[in-house]
Order: sequence, then C-alpha cells, then structure tokens
Amino acid sequence: MKPHDGDSVFAHIPHVPEVPLYAMLVAFSKDPTPLKLNLGIGVYRTEDGKPFLLNVVRRVERLLVNDMSTFKEHLPTTGMAEFNRLSAKLILGADSPAIKENRVTTVQCLSGSGSLRIGAEFLAKHYHHQHTVYMSQPTYANHPNFFNAAGLAIKTYRYYDPGTCGLDFQGMLEDLSSAPSGAIVLLQACAHNPTGVDPTLPQWQQIRQLMRSKGLFPFFDSAYQGFVSGNLDEDAQSIRLFVADGGECIIAQSYSKIMGLYGERVGALSIVCKTAEVASCVESQLKLVIRPMYNNPPIHGASIVAAILKDRDMCNEWSIEVKAMSDRLISMRRQLFDALRDKGTPGDWSHIIRHVGMFTFSGLNPKQVAFMNQEYHIYMSSDGRINMAGLGPQTVPHLADAIHAAVTIGV
Amino acid sequence: MASTMLSLASVSPSFSLSIQGKIKLGSLERNNLFIKTESFGRMSMVAAVNPSRFEGVTMAPPDPILGVSEAFKASTNEMKLNLGVGAYRTEELQPYVLNVVKKAENLMLERGENKEYLPIEGLAAFNKATAELLFGADNPVIKEQKVATVQGLSGTGSLRLAAAFIELYFPGAKALISSPTWGNHKNIFNDARVPWSEYRYYDPKTVGLDFEGMISDIKTCFVFHELYSPEGSFVLLHGCAHNPTGIDPTPQQWEKIADVIQEKNHIPFFDVAYQGFASGSLDADAAAVRLFVARGMELLVAQSYSKNLGLYAERIGAINVVLTSSDTAARVKSQLKRLARPMYSNPPIHGAKIVANIVGDPTLFSEWKAEMEMMAGRIKNVRQKLYDSLCAEDKSRKDWSFILKQIGMFSFTGLNKTQTENMTNKWHVFMTKDGRISLAGLNLAKCEYLSNAIIDSYHNVC
Repeated sequence: MKPHDGDSVFAHIPHVPEVPLYAMLVAFSKDPTPLKLNLGIGVYRTEDGKPFLLNVVRRVERLLVNDMSTFKEHLPTTGMAEFNRLSAKLILGADSPAIKENRVTTVQCLSGSGSLRIGAEFLAKHYHHQHTVYMSQPTYANHPNFFNAAGLAIKTYRYYDPGTCGLDFQGMLEDLSSAPSGAIVLLQACAHNPTGVDPTLPQWQQIRQLMRSKGLFPFFDSAYQGFVSGNLDEDAQSIRLFVADGGECIIAQSYSKIMGLYGERVGALSIVCKTAEVASCVESQLKLVIRPMYNNPPIHGASIVAAILKDRDMCNEWSIEVKAMSDRLISMRRQLFDALRDKGTPGDWSHIIRHVGMFTFSGLNPKQVAFMNQEYHIYMSSDGRINMAGLGPQTVPHLADAIHAAVTIGV
Repeated sequence: MASTMLSLASVSPSFSLSIQGKIKLGSLERNNLFIKTESFGRMSMVAAVNPSRFEGVTMAPPDPILGVSEAFKASTNEMKLNLGVGAYRTEELQPYVLNVVKKAENLMLERGENKEYLPIEGLAAFNKATAELLFGADNPVIKEQKVATVQGLSGTGSLRLAAAFIELYFPGAKALISSPTWGNHKNIFNDARVPWSEYRYYDPKTVGLDFEGMISDIKTCFVFHELYSPEGSFVLLHGCAHNPTGIDPTPQQWEKIADVIQEKNHIPFFDVAYQGFASGSLDADAAAVRLFVARGMELLVAQSYSKNLGLYAERIGAINVVLTSSDTAARVKSQLKRLARPMYSNPPIHGAKIVANIVGDPTLFSEWKAEMEMMAGRIKNVRQKLYDSLCAEDKSRKDWSFILKQIGMFSFTGLNKTQTENMTNKWHVFMTKDGRISLAGLNLAKCEYLSNAIIDSYHNVC
C-alpha cells in the first residue's frame, strides 16, 4: 500500500509508556511540598539527600585531566586491559586460582546492565544446554528485559517470604531442584534488590551444591560489593564459593553504586571457564557480540576505576569510603527501626535491621504506599521497597510518622 | 556397547562433587550447616571430569583492520608507515586530544558535577545540541519538534539502535548498503537480524563513484511489503567522507539520489561520522542530510563525535529520526528508549557533557571549529602533497587526481590485493587489503616515500 504524500511511514509505531519508577521520580521532582521524601531511587545519597561524588574519584579525575599522556583513542573491543584485570581480582580475590590458571575472561561492559546483556547474548549464541534463565521472585525490574532481548526464556524461583520478611529458602531450593538440568540461574551476589534479603553463607553452600549437582549454570549479578558488610572481600564470598569448586560461572559487575560512577557506565563481565583454552575462545566470541552493538566501551569510567584499584593508597581510601556508605545505610536502618519501636508502631519491624544493602522490602502494601504518598509525600515503589539511602537523620521521623499512620489507620 | 554409548551421549553433563574439609552438609533446614570461611583455600572440591559448558565455542576470526595495526607494531623496519589507523594523528603522527576538549573537561571538573544516571534517552542538552548541529538550529523540523533524538554509543551504537528499531517495526525490510561500505555495517545489520543487500558504489576503473550503477540498484531494489505500509528499503548513505573510499556524490548527484529514493518510497538512513571533519565546515558536511530534510522526507541519521571531536573512546553519538509530525516523533523516541534500556539502561555521561559544554559555549564552539578546520586542513595538505609527489615521480600519464577529489580520512588508492601486499611486504606500508589508506596516518614528510611505494606497486605488480 503506497503511503500518500505527507503520510508517515512510521504512523504505525505505538507509544511506549514511561517506566513506572521513572514516572514516579518525575512526580517527586514536581512536588512542591518541602517535606517530601524520595525513597524510590536506586542510587546512594548523602544524609542531606544529595548525590555523592566520592573524594577518591574526584582526586583521580583531576589527575586524569592533567595527564598529558592519556589519549581518547578507541579502547579494544574487550575494553581497558588493566581495568579488566583489576576487576577480576576485585571480585574473585587477588589469589584466585581461576585467575592464576588463566581460566577467567573479563571484558569491560557498560555497567551491570551492559554486562548482563552481553552475557545474555553470549549465552543465547553459545550456551546450548538450556535457553531458560531462572531469576528470583522478585528481582530487579530490568533483569527480565536483558534476557528477553537476547531471546532467552524467563522463569522464576521462589525467594522472598512475605510472612517472615525473609528468605523462602525451602521454596528456593525446591524450585531450583525442579529446574531442568543446564538451566541458567541468575543470582544476586549480595544486597538483593529489591528485598534486602540475602542467603547466609551456609545457605549459599547449599545453593551451590544443589546447582552443581543439577548442572545449573550460575549467572551472578554483583552491583553492591562492599555495601553489605563494608568489606569488599566478605561481600564477594557467595561468588568465590562457586569459583572455588572449580566449576564455571558468569559474573556481571557494576561500579555504579560502589564507586558512585553511575552515569559513567562502568562494569565488567567475567566468564570463569574450565580451561584457559576455553576462556580464550570465549573471549574471542565475546568480541563478536560487542562489536556490532557499540564496537568498544567508554573509557572515562574505566580509567577512574583502574587508577583507583591499582594504587594501594587510593584503593584503601576507596574502601574506607565504601565502608562509610555501608555504615550509613546500617545506621539509617537502626534509626528507622528505633523510631518505629519508640512510637509503638504495631507489627514486627525487625526485618529493617535484618535486611542488608541499600534496599529493604518494608512489608507495606500498595494501598499503604499510596496513602503515604498522598498524605506524607513519601515516594517509593508500590512493592514496598525503600531505599535506605534516601533517608537522613532529619527525615527518619517523618517516615516513621508516615508508616505509623499507614499501619494504624488500617489502610 | 552401542546402546550404552548412545545413552551417554544424550545425558547432559552434570557435576558431582566430593567435598573434603570441615563441611557438614545437613538437611534442607536452615542453620544446619557449619562452614568456616577461612577454610576455603584448604577445601578441595573436585568437580569430576566434566567438560566445559563452552567446549564447543570456537576461536573467532581476528578483526582484519585490527590486524593491520598489530602487524605494524610487530614490524621493526624504520620506514614503516601505519595507514590502517582509523583515528586522526598529528603531523608528528601522534594521537590528538583537542584543546577544546581538555578545556571542557577542566570546566566540568571545576564545577564538581556529579555522575548521576542520565535518562535513557541521554543528556537533554546534548540531544538538543546534536540535532541542531546536524540539521541547523533554525531548521523547521527542529522548531516543529519533528525529530526524535536519542543519545547513542557513538556511531556504532546509534546505528544498532536504529537497526533494532527497523527489525521490530519494519520486519522483513531490507537495508541497502554501498559496495563497499564500512565493515561493521554488515555486522550491525546481521546481529540485529535486518536483511541487507548492496548497491553499486565504487568504480575501480575510475577510482570514483559508479553513479549510474548506484541509481540503477537503488531503483531495482524495490521491495513490496504486503503486511503494512510503507514499502521500500532503508538506504544507508554516508553523509560525507565515505568510508572506505573517500568518494562522495556531488551536490547534483545527491539531488538525483534523493529523487530515486522518493520515487521508490525508500527511507534514507544516513551515517554521519565526519561532520566538520571532512571539509572543515560543519554546515557544508551536513548539506546532503539537509537536502533530504528540506524535501520533507522522513529519514534516520546516526551521528558520531569520535573523529570531529576526537572523542573516540568516550563513545558519544546520537540516532535522529525525522518524522512528519511531533506526535510520531514522540512515539518513535519512546520506542528507541525501549530498545536502549535492555542494552545498557542509560548512556555514558562524560562524552555527552563534553559535547554539550563545547557547543553550548560560543568561545569553545569557535575554538572547536578552528581545531576541526586545522585537522581537515592537515588531511587536505597531505592529500595535496601526496598527489604532487605522485605526479612528480610517476613517469606514466596516470591520472592521480582522485586523491584530491576524495575527501575525509580515507582514500581508495585503486591498488588491488596483490599490489597492497607489495606495499606492505616491500615498502612496510601497512594498509587494508581493499586498497584503503588512512590519510590520518600520513604526514608531509612521508608523502614522497609513500608515492614511490604506490607507483612501484601499481606499475610493477599485477
């Protein structure tokens, strides 16, 4: 059918609605009320609610800008070699046998998101055992999209138990047990988004053992290394457990939160293989996935990361800043819990201090969330997820008031 | 026994573990397990002899263009010349960071700007600046908001977003690409599952444009889609400084190309990677795109700031779609965002801010234009010197003027594969097998040497 003059060949294109979370953030920014709280964001904030540029990052950028020996020529498709090496060491440990044996291929990607997509595309092309990915119920909202886009099927495993506000470990193991052999399983390394519920290390051991016995393939998403305990090595234990048994896995790493590099889009995809030969072939094939997507990754964020990780003092300074962020999150949890306890808010709120990382599933239902938004100008996602980084000592009382009201008014 | 072997072959690999050390594996109840984290090192968990999940993954072939640079690095000959390089080099053959870029980065640092996520569509100030640079700030399509602009990962990422969009909303539609074209174009369309075919472009007899062939192939590559309107294919055009040939249509030829595309209801899809870098003038290099826009045509344009701002590794570019209404533009933009989100969530900030700061500041913008003229000027000087050397050294009457007629970073020399090999093996001039040289890797001092190499290869090798 020939279009008439003036007709658009794009007339049939429908509108895509805005991602609900983003629409909510827009609403927050337009809200004129002085006492409003944004607990729906996915980023770290200072106690004044401001974005946080790490001091060590600022220092490094100054050095980079003044360094006349740095150029902006294309990185290799696999990214900055030094960045890749240091990222693998960070997540797997400096003494990791897998690294020593050259069994790990690491490629720089666009933060966790880009790593997940490249990993998904690679699996869709080269992993022939199963084309289904199991992910926790619930999980980070964007997780299904990366795998869908690569043509992989999505299934879920039970994870969050609303009755206990904790891990449905039995359900998780049952669902993984009944997954077909060879299925890919997406695991969040620590600080589960959105629930804040992590398996304990003994539970991770069981998960690992079950997965290995069923031939399930682990795909780790590590976006919060250091945000749980304040210790980088400790928060990588779940991954290192799996790598220590000599088996294979894929790891997506993000520096968005842990180095505050959000918009720079810095991350890494590591594939731990059985042998160095396989790792080498895998790397060559990863290039063929990356090249037709964007050719080679952006340099700025990777330069910052590499400069920090390779310098002992700066690395130390960074780990102190990570601990400070982690401590602040723990402090906010404590303060919120205490405030609710002091108010005598009905219910058991201990999950707030049991949960780890940036997020907590508050246990509030969508009606209560809507009530808090209307009456108290609290912005959070309808699943009850709260970003603890959105709180400061001055604003905890307001949130406590809001929760108290929502719970007692019987919404 | 045959049946046993068959059954083994059909069983998917499974891991079996024997665990030593202080691990007690209890029941599925919580808190029944005991583990000492510090005993990891001493644990030996033997995964039974099981193959890798990726055993069948073969070694991918190396990138041919990368191979040229690597061969150059490996060469120890002092006369060696790297004409495979795709990045601008100074007269001293060094990489070049524009002064104006350093200034912008310093400004950004002084302001202490944060690194918050950009929206999926990218930095608003960048998107505004990039569309205005391309179409002209006064262009009606901008004023009437008929352009959907989304920040992309340089030219490649922007092309990929467009290809993904085409695959989704114009299923079965073909891309028509020039023969030859930049190598990655085919990879992008292949990976996005957009079928493509070629239109004639390079004429080896004239070392120029096969215009008649081009027009004829665009006319006959007419595809009728029954399921929806539109019909027609997406014709990939290089806005200026065609890569790899350096051969651009004349303004008159562009008019005819636009005629035939309109006639066949094809959709123009421009790749603009050299705006300002080709002629030294941002406006002149955008003339082809603006010609099509002025006719009221809907079209796509992928932009890159890799060369013209030297921001290669920052990965900054944009995909622009010009529509007939602002409503359609809004819908198309929302779709491009939807495709970007599962690729990388949101684009990198650094390069976008550099561009926005430079274009947004009159002083910096002028400085940029001056540096761009300088870069384009150096390339033109080198072309002139190479041409003069060829004419001076070559005793035959061969017409080398194509060197001057071609534009941009690259030139097709007209040398064939064997002749190119002679260039490398005898003269240590590293270039791609298609006869392409990068003028960016050449300086005035080396022109005479290069002309000798070309003359020898052309005349003495078949």
